[in-house]
Amino acid sequence: MHRSKGEEEDYWNSSQFKAFTFDDDEDDFTKLRESRLAVNSIKLTDDDEDDVEKVNWSGEPVGSISWLVGETSALSNQKTDFPKVSSESSLNKSGSGLSLSALFRGKSSRGSYPNFSDSVSEPSSRLFAPELRRPRADYKDFVGDLSPEEMVQRLQQGKSVGMERFRSLQDKMLLLDFAVNGNDGNAITAVLIFLKRTLSKEVLFRELESRQTALRHFIHFLTETHEQRLLLDLLRALGRVEDAALLQYKEHLAISDENKKRDFLKSCISLPFSLEDAALVQDHFTLLERQIIIEAADSQAEKSGKVEVFQNFPRKASILNMPMITTLYYCVYYHYCEPEGTYSSPSNLRQTFKISDKQFFVTCLSALSKLRSWTDVDSLFQSRSWLGFSRKKSPLSFSRVVDVLHKNSAPTHVLAQYVALVEDSELRLSLAQKHKCHDIVINTFRDLKDRQMLVQYQTKVDPGSNEDCKIKDLLNNSIRWKN
Amino acid sequence: MAAAFRRDAPPQPDFSLLKRLARDQLIFLLEQLPGKKDLFIDADLMSPLDRIANVSTLKQHEVDKLYKVEHKAVVSSADQLCFLIRPRIQTVKWICDLVKSDKAVGRVRRYKIIFTPQKFFACEAILEEHGAFGDVSCDQWDFHLLPVDDDIISLELPEFFTDTFLAGDQRWVRTVGSALHLLHSLFGPFSKVYGIGRIAKMVYESFRIQLQTEETRTRGDAQIGNVFIIDRDVDLVTPLCSQVVYEGLVDDIFRIKCGCVEFSPDVTSSEKSVKVMLNSQDKVFNEIRNEHFSNVFGFLSQKARTLQTAYDRRRGMDIKQMKTFVSEELKGLKQEHRLLSLHIGASEAMMKRKTKQDFQEMLRTEHSLLEGFEIRECINFIEEHINRQVSVLESLRLLCLLSLTENGLLPKDLRSLKAQYLQSYGFEHLLTFSSLRTLGLIQEQQTTETLSAVETRVRLTAGRLTEAFSSLAKKSNFRALSRRLNLVPKSEDYDLRVPKDMSYVFSGAYVPLSCRLIEQVLDREGWSGLEEVTRLLNRHEFSVTGSTSGSEGSSGLTSGAGSGLGSTSSPGFGPDSQRRVLVLFLGGCTFSEIAALRFLARERGYRITTVTTAITNSSRLLESLVQNKV
Repeated sequence: MHRSKGEEEDYWNSSQFKAFTFDDDEDDFTKLRESRLAVNSIKLTDDDEDDVEKVNWSGEPVGSISWLVGETSALSNQKTDFPKVSSESSLNKSGSGLSLSALFRGKSSRGSYPNFSDSVSEPSSRLFAPELRRPRADYKDFVGDLSPEEMVQRLQQGKSVGMERFRSLQDKMLLLDFAVNGNDGNAITAVLIFLKRTLSKEVLFRELESRQTALRHFIHFLTETHEQRLLLDLLRALGRVEDAALLQYKEHLAISDENKKRDFLKSCISLPFSLEDAALVQDHFTLLERQIIIEAADSQAEKSGKVEVFQNFPRKASILNMPMITTLYYCVYYHYCEPEGTYSSPSNLRQTFKISDKQFFVTCLSALSKLRSWTDVDSLFQSRSWLGFSRKKSPLSFSRVVDVLHKNSAPTHVLAQYVALVEDSELRLSLAQKHKCHDIVINTFRDLKDRQMLVQYQTKVDPGSNEDCKIKDLLNNSIRWKN
Repeated sequence: MAAAFRRDAPPQPDFSLLKRLARDQLIFLLEQLPGKKDLFIDADLMSPLDRIANVSTLKQHEVDKLYKVEHKAVVSSADQLCFLIRPRIQTVKWICDLVKSDKAVGRVRRYKIIFTPQKFFACEAILEEHGAFGDVSCDQWDFHLLPVDDDIISLELPEFFTDTFLAGDQRWVRTVGSALHLLHSLFGPFSKVYGIGRIAKMVYESFRIQLQTEETRTRGDAQIGNVFIIDRDVDLVTPLCSQVVYEGLVDDIFRIKCGCVEFSPDVTSSEKSVKVMLNSQDKVFNEIRNEHFSNVFGFLSQKARTLQTAYDRRRGMDIKQMKTFVSEELKGLKQEHRLLSLHIGASEAMMKRKTKQDFQEMLRTEHSLLEGFEIRECINFIEEHINRQVSVLESLRLLCLLSLTENGLLPKDLRSLKAQYLQSYGFEHLLTFSSLRTLGLIQEQQTTETLSAVETRVRLTAGRLTEAFSSLAKKSNFRALSRRLNLVPKSEDYDLRVPKDMSYVFSGAYVPLSCRLIEQVLDREGWSGLEEVTRLLNRHEFSVTGSTSGSEGSSGLTSGAGSGLGSTSSPGFGPDSQRRVLVLFLGGCTFSEIAALRFLARERGYRITTVTTAITNSSRLLESLVQNKV
């Protein structure tokens, strides 16, 4: 925002449209100094939080004659100007004392530079196709004595410039601050590439620490160019150890050999993750380690042809690199009855990875119904109260249970068992109808004393079947029907 | 109310000019490399290129063979290779490797890269570093704006979202500024620019400076008067909601790419899938695109009946009548028949897929989240979703919605949901969660306790800006915003056939925040009265008026609009240009938002053109953040 301050004033002073002013036309430099002080004293100004100036643009009253004339006067050479909106500036939070003085230097020396944009502004011959104009580096001769400000302007226009002239750290940072202030990421990165080449990383990192916008651009550039080492050094130098740990952990994605990946993950465990993430990385390692063992044993067993379950339900894919829950599903499917001591026993997995009851239940339910071992499914629901009789209990709603069973194409008599346990009578009825659990439907209508519905339902069952007889019996019975 | 003053909206400006300009410049650039050449095109540039030029245009300018950039070895035997690419470092590196391997076998070729929409210094630096600078010449094709429909212009830059809001890289600011500048010179001059968001401000500034430094001429008779610029991260809730207007639903399920969709065999009820252009040219689509899905069936069957009657008229025709019928009507009827059966097929396929996924229950959960009602049940639903390993993205979407609407998750909920998510979908999603946190899509609720913990931590690290502050994420304040802006209408029976506000695009449950802001600012012609709202949105709002200079007489072209209306300046009464509004979404917008804006335009007599960096939806948005790529 400081960049064009001078120009801005010149323009407005000479302009006939003086009426347009910012209400809060505060001195940028006062503000700069204040925010600098603030930054120096607390060092935790959030990057964006401070941007509270509101643009109160008061012009000629909208709707006045002159406004309307301005609106409607249609001239081919009219030029529309817009007021400036202050966007966030990195200048007012530059951390090192250095660039502030540099800034003033830049300001005072401004007059000595030729006004580049004036001297070389291209004559426009086209009427309305500015984008046909190709960006060309036609004016390289002028580049030698450009001010940082003008340099950045050229960068923004996509013109290549030699930045070698900027040798002192002050000049370099001035250039960077101007680039950041111009908001154009392309120009910012161009300056950063120059700085990366001409500054030692210690110096560069130190300067970037207080320039968050530039820092983000640098990190993104290094990420895209895959300069992993330098990026890790940068993050560590900034004390962003968790980010560095995550970045290192990310490398595992590129490793295809499972043993190498396991070893790599093991080395990740000691990285400075947050407490929570550290446990998860540990789990990741443990899981892959397990999967490798299980995979080896099972493919052996499958080949030997001696284990029945592998013969009946051949494995479709390797378990390596599958999510935890898929692994659990696999182990329920192939190793349900194993004692807790083995690596592949479901209950062992449950303990090792602290799988929640509900999660464990859901996975067992779908794996066992896939296997169609309905007795095992049934036993999942057993619980014994202290009175000794058992009642089916489920951490999952019974309608959801029915859903899971249905998706695994459970037979009607199995479904009926669980539909009957749905508490909400409406839901029970609709599920029973959907899954053709006739008994439940009939009993529900009987309980509701709804003769009409029962008569209607009779059409849906096979004539002469057990259900049909049952309905007939009921209809002949002396129930006090409500209708 | 507003309906009483409703006026017919002015006609849409003709944006096809943009296509012509882009095509002309491409031809100009191809002519810069005379002679036969093979052309390599970035995969994601193929569809946009298709919209403005065709193979014969390229052939006319001596393009011999066409290849897709695939980052593999090249088989071309041409002496000149031309690359039409997005400015991506990966692609430039691939070209460097190609040049190197050619050199190694002593092969001499000419290489030219045409970057679009912009050439980046970083790409040139890569060429330099790999010793290919000079061997490869670089050019820039300013193909910024692709009109994908009468009222939609896309920059086709999906990476804008992650580059800008996740990485904090402002590389596209200038690009969008130039795009705006182009629109200003072709369809402006703009008289008012409103905006909200950090990047919106930057884009406006870039536009303003280009206006200042480059000789800009406008055509004079302003076609577009008002501009509204909005950052996607101002409203992340809307793009994460399930879409229920027809066009949005088609995009969610089949993915509309550059105005074109591929319908799978279950839609076409044939062996193969069909590619169809979806825009206002498709008469059937044009009538249902903005409709709530529940109305579409009725509409289509009504349409089918009318079609049947039209066909039936053939009976009892004599030869002469039949002849006229065949020559005048039959073709149109057949066309309509084809489109109708296509959209009926699509509707059926979508119904089937959605009923399979408990869509109804999902919508109920979403609506509860938006309303802030029965949050515990919502969490249980999400948890079950995760436990059952239902789609990776759907679970993530619900988690993000939960966090955004609740202004963060309770620490213990976050810990448990994250752990379960990782168990269900893979531990590598640790990286995904880190990105989501950076963007503010999933956050921990800041209790006073945790706040002070962060503060102490910052003090401990003595002046170090720790990662807690490196994030661009903001508090979402959704609940408070929703109350202030009345985003969740009082639940009563909402007749979706007769929508009464923009909330119809989400079944009457939610007015998109982005669209509500646009509506309010256009109504008020500024931000006054919205101070509390902008505070909750972390500020960065602006509203500026352009001044027109150089008036040496008036052509009187539009003077009629000025006279007689006196001091009224409400957009509904101004000249046509004042009622033409350009809404620019930085980081993508959804078809639901476009539908809502179309509704707004109809209500208020505006003509709204949506310009967006890309069309987005929840899957695209989240996919770009799922970090299981190297």
